Amino acid sequence: MGADVSVKGVWKRFGAGDGEVSALEDMSFTVGVGEFVAIVGPSGCGKSTLLKLLAGFEQPDRGEVLIDGRPVLAPSRRGIMIAQRGSVFPWMTVRQNLDLALDGTPDPDRHQIIAQHVNLVGLAGFEERYPHELSGGMLQRVEVARALVAKPDLLYMDEPFGALDALTRLSVRNELLRILTRDRPTCLLVTHDVEEALHVADRVFVMTPRPARVALVVDVTAPRPRRMSSPELVGLKERILTELGLSAADVT
Amino acid sequence: MTKILPIGVLLGVTAVWWLAASGSTIFPTPPEVLRGIAGLATDGTLLRHVAASLYRVTFGYGVAMLLALPLGILMGWYRTAFTAFNPLVQMLRPISPIAWIPLAILWFGVSDLSPMFLVFLASFFPMVLATTSGVQLVEREYLWAAQNFGITGFKLFTHVIIPGALPTIITGMRVGLGVAWLVVVAAEMVAINSGLGFLIIDSRNAGMRYDLVVAGMVMIGAIGLLLDLVMRRLEDLKEVRWRYARGR
Ligand SMILES: Nc1ncnc2c1ncn2[C@@H]1O[C@H](COP(=O)(O)OP(=O)(O)OP(=O)(O)O)[C@@H](O)[C@H]1O
Ligand SMILES: [Mg+2]
Repeated sequence: MGADVSVKGVWKRFGAGDGEVSALEDMSFTVGVGEFVAIVGPSGCGKSTLLKLLAGFEQPDRGEVLIDGRPVLAPSRRGIMIAQRGSVFPWMTVRQNLDLALDGTPDPDRHQIIAQHVNLVGLAGFEERYPHELSGGMLQRVEVARALVAKPDLLYMDEPFGALDALTRLSVRNELLRILTRDRPTCLLVTHDVEEALHVADRVFVMTPRPARVALVVDVTAPRPRRMSSPELVGLKERILTELGLSAADVT
Repeated sequence: MTKILPIGVLLGVTAVWWLAASGSTIFPTPPEVLRGIAGLATDGTLLRHVAASLYRVTFGYGVAMLLALPLGILMGWYRTAFTAFNPLVQMLRPISPIAWIPLAILWFGVSDLSPMFLVFLASFFPMVLATTSGVQLVEREYLWAAQNFGITGFKLFTHVIIPGALPTIITGMRVGLGVAWLVVVAAEMVAINSGLGFLIIDSRNAGMRYDLVVAGMVMIGAIGLLLDLVMRRLEDLKEVRWRYARGR
């Protein structure tokens, strides 16, 4: 399980003429097999764009996006995106959404796998509901469950817990970490929450404002489970916030 | 409240009509029209004409739907299909079905086929248009997710594209049925000798029975309302409720 990622000199622009926006300029980095990388950066800098290139939703203007050394030409089940705007199909029930994501799994196992993942995100009893009958946070949990059901080698998470309250956020995050230790996919998580990044990641990439580049890479070596109050993590948090142009005093 | 309000409006309009028409020789009053309807109903003419009109609408509209939905889906999804067919569709669309009446009579004579053909023309274009734009408007996020989970080919259409476009398609079907009903009456006034349209024109020509003319009009309106109520039930399907988040 897992795959390695290599981004080499990638450029991405949108629009043309006066409206042209450069989202990524000459971005390069690598992520190892099974590694967990968190990405933080200012709003609108190009984080979602980066994940879309990795997932094969969009193609770079220049440069290469390689998974296991091969260019990503189209989306595939190997790398699943948890989209920032949500992409659970609203015309299907929770069960049908998960079932569609299972694809080639033999029938006898499907029911059990779906039940297991629905339980995992705390949505048992809501299998037959339609997305518009769920709360925003419940819907995000469906999105997470649907991605995990596909057992991807790479998991791209774009603010997956954005609509969750602090408490649910923490419990879903812990559940997710537990499953991830089971499947060990390579993970890229975009988050605006620096503590969340430090809680889960092996490395944290801090982006510059648009066009995005990797301004700082922070190695998080603290053993898991991590306590956010440990001096090491507090120090790292301060470094990241400083890089983002804030001081810890501004936030706490 | 939701029942009382529309019934109140209907009663109000009827009252104004009654007041305005009493003593007039050029406008029948509500009781006269009601007597007209009752008379037509008892001798069986009403049922015969209503059945004739509904029969033509069912076939014309049914065939239009069978052709418009696949064409709309193709035009919405494949750029080349859109490029190829859109100019033709846009050129035929503004031609009122009424303008086709001479040709319809030439081709199909005074038979059920003439009004059916006109109903087909009237409802085909709104349904093609709605289906095309419904498919084109399926959000990128959903298409990406579908690709991501390896949903391709036929399954992509049945599980993602069509359900994603369905709310718009249903709106098109509602509009299509509305104009179908509009056009069948017009067609029956010239191209055939049965149906509600014929009833109206015949009541005038045969004996200046304006009470029956208005009786026919009232029946057309009432059936139109029923048809729309049926179509609106489609919008209550769980599969399409997501689009009407504000509810009704
Ligand atoms: N399809 C598009 N067309 C035009 N511009 C786009 C498109 N997608 C992204 N952009 C622009 O690219 C820039 C980066 O967008 P992106 O969504 O990657 O930001 P982000 O870092 O994810 O922001 P946030 O943290 O607010 O989600 C923005 O200025 C945005 O306006
Ligand atoms: Mg984003």
